Amino acid sequence: MVDSKHQWKAWLYLSPAIVLLLVFTVWPIINTVRMAFMDGYNGLAIIGGAEFEFGIANFQRVLGLSSFKNSLYNTMLLCVLTVPISTLLALLIAVALNSIKWLQKGLQTIFFLPYVTNSIAIGMVFAAMFNIVGNMGTDGNDIIITAGIINNILGVFGIEPINWINAGSAYWANITVMVVYIVWNALPFKILVLLGGLQSINKQYYEAAKVDSTPRWRVFTRITVPLLSPMIAYVVITGFIGGFKEYSSIVGIFGEDMGPAGAPGRLNTIVGYIYDALPKMNYGVASAAALILFGIIFVVTMINMQVSKKRVHY
Amino acid sequence: MKVALQNLTKIFPSRDKKAGKEVVAVNDFTFDIPDGKLIGLLGPSGCGKSTTLYMISGLQKPTSGKIFFGEDDVTELSTENRGIGLVFQNYALYPHMTVKQNILFPLQNLKGADKMSKEAMLERAEWAARLVQIDDLMDRKPSEMSGGQQQRVAIARALVKMPRVLLLDEPLSNLDARLRLQTREEIRRIQRETGITTIFVTHDQEEAMSISDMIVVMKLGVVQQIGEPQEVYDNPTNLFVAKFLGTPPINVFSGKVSGGKLYIGQDAVLEIAGVSDQEVTVGVRPEGFELAEDGKLHCQLSNVEVMGRDVSIVSTNEASLNPMIRSIINADNKVDLANKVVSYNVKPHKLFLFNKETEERIPFEVK
Repeated sequence: MVDSKHQWKAWLYLSPAIVLLLVFTVWPIINTVRMAFMDGYNGLAIIGGAEFEFGIANFQRVLGLSSFKNSLYNTMLLCVLTVPISTLLALLIAVALNSIKWLQKGLQTIFFLPYVTNSIAIGMVFAAMFNIVGNMGTDGNDIIITAGIINNILGVFGIEPINWINAGSAYWANITVMVVYIVWNALPFKILVLLGGLQSINKQYYEAAKVDSTPRWRVFTRITVPLLSPMIAYVVITGFIGGFKEYSSIVGIFGEDMGPAGAPGRLNTIVGYIYDALPKMNYGVASAAALILFGIIFVVTMINMQVSKKRVHY
Repeated sequence: MKVALQNLTKIFPSRDKKAGKEVVAVNDFTFDIPDGKLIGLLGPSGCGKSTTLYMISGLQKPTSGKIFFGEDDVTELSTENRGIGLVFQNYALYPHMTVKQNILFPLQNLKGADKMSKEAMLERAEWAARLVQIDDLMDRKPSEMSGGQQQRVAIARALVKMPRVLLLDEPLSNLDARLRLQTREEIRRIQRETGITTIFVTHDQEEAMSISDMIVVMKLGVVQQIGEPQEVYDNPTNLFVAKFLGTPPINVFSGKVSGGKLYIGQDAVLEIAGVSDQEVTVGVRPEGFELAEDGKLHCQLSNVEVMGRDVSIVSTNEASLNPMIRSIINADNKVDLANKVVSYNVKPHKLFLFNKETEERIPFEVK
C-alpha cells in the first residue's frame, strides 16, 4: 500500500493511462448505451441541436430489420460451425506436434504464420484460391472456367468445379469458404495455447498411464483432455467472442459489399451491420445493435462458464 | 514373481557433445531377486538406483543386459505389457479423478481374458482401498488429501491389478517424519499380506534397513553390496558401505597395523592377527565403544548429549578423519563433563579395517 502522503504520485503516474482509458474506452461505452436508448438518435440531427426521447425504439427497429436478422443468422452460423471445428482441429494438431518432437520447431512456425499475417491479405489470397474465371451464363447453364487452386485440386478427384464466391454462387458455398478461412485463421492461436497447456502437463501422468496399460485413445480422452480442459475452455470462450466479432475475414474475401457480386450483404455479420450503419449516421441503431451483440456474447460466455464449471478440472 | 537382472547396464549419452563424456548410470548389475521379498535399492543420489527401477518398469531401456520376470525375458517388452505396479515419487495420481476413479483406472484398461465386470472391478478397488486403509476416502480428489493419504492411494492404484512386481520410487520422501515411520510399516504389512515381489528405491538407509528383506547398496552405478540389512551393517565390504549405513554414522580413523597391534594415533587399541603391517583406515560403529577407566583409546571430551535411553558422547581425536567422534553408550554410564579426556575400549566386532587406498575391507582376527 502506498501511504497517503505519496498517493498523489501514484495517481500522477497512472494518469496518462487513466485519461486515455476514460476518453477512448469508458466514455464510448457509456455513450453507446446512451445513444442506444435515444429514439432515432442520428449523427446529423444532433449537430442541428435536436433532442431525443429515451426509449427502446432503436432496439425495436433493429430487431425488426431483416438485414439485421440476416447478419445475426450469419454470425451465429459461422460461430457454431467454426468454433468446434477449429478447437477440435487445434487439439489434434497440438497433440500431434507435442508427440513429434523433431517436427515441432519447424511446424510451429508454419502453423503460426496465419497469426502474424494481415487477415485482409490472407482473405485476398483465399479469394484467389477459390476464384473462378469465366462467363457466368444467366440462362441456368453456368460455364465455369476454373482458375482457383481449390477447384483444380477438386478436379483431380473428378469433382466438378464449384462456384465458390463469384457472382451466382450458392449461399452454402460462400459459407463453406468462410468456415475454411476462419478455421484456418483461428488455428494458430488455439494451437499455441493448447500446445503450451500440453507441455505443462506432468509427464509422470503419462508414465503412470503407461504402467497401467492404458490404450492410446483412453489416454487422450481420460487424461490429456481433462488435464487440458482449462485451456480448452479458454480457447472455446475466446473463440466464441472472436466469432461474434467476425467481420474483416468476410471483407477480405468478399469485399466491403459483404457478399458475392449480385448479392451484397448476403454474408453480413453483426459487426458489419454496425459499421454499415455508421456512414448513414444511424448512431442509435448502430449502438442498439452493438448492445445486442454485447448481450449475446455475455450470455454465451456465461453458458460457457457454467458448462466448464462441471467439465473443467483446474 | 522372481525377478532376475543380468549384467544390466545403462549408459546415458553425453548431453554436451563437446565434453563428450557419457554417463554410466548403472554398470553391470546382476542380481536374482527372490519371489515375494521386499528389496531396498539404496544409495546416494546419482547412484543409479532409480534408473535400475525404471529399467525394471520398462520406462527406460537398458543399454545392455537382460531382465527376467520368472522365466520370461521382459527386456524388450514395453511397460504396458510387463504387468507391473509403479508408485511414483510424486505419486502421479490423476488430479481430475476421485480416489475411486484413480484406483479403478488400471482395471478398466484390462483387455481380453482379464476383462472384469463392473461389479468385480468395484469389489477389487474396495479391496485395495481397504488394504491401504483409505476406503472411507473413495470420493475425494487427490488435492483434498494429505501426502500420506495420497501415498496410500498411489499404492492402492499400483496394487489393484495384482501386478507381478511392485516398484516404489522413493515412496516416503514426501512425507513428514512421523508419517514416514508409519507408512514404512504399512508398506511392509501390505507387502507381507499380498506377497508381491516389491522393489523400492530410497536414499534413506534407515528406511531401507528397517523394512527390507534384502538391501542393495549402490554407488556411482556400481553395486557395492547385496544382503540382508543386518548382515550388510555388520559386515560391510568396503568403507563406502560402512559409512553409508547406520545413524549416527560410523567413526573413521586413520590407523596403522604394526607388530600385531592396531594403533589409532598413538593408542594401541587391539591386538590382532592376520594382517600385515600397513597403514589402514579404521571404522568403529558408535555403539562399538565401551567407557573404561583404563580404556585404550583416549579422546578429548567435548560434549555429552542425553537421549533418554542412551547417551551420545561427542569427542575428538587427532587420528579421527571426521571432525567429531560420536559414541553411543547406555545411559547408566555417568560421564563427568569436567573430565577433559574420555577413555574407551573398542568392541572388536564393531570395528572394521579398510585398505587405505582401495577402501576394501581387510579381514582380521582378534588375538
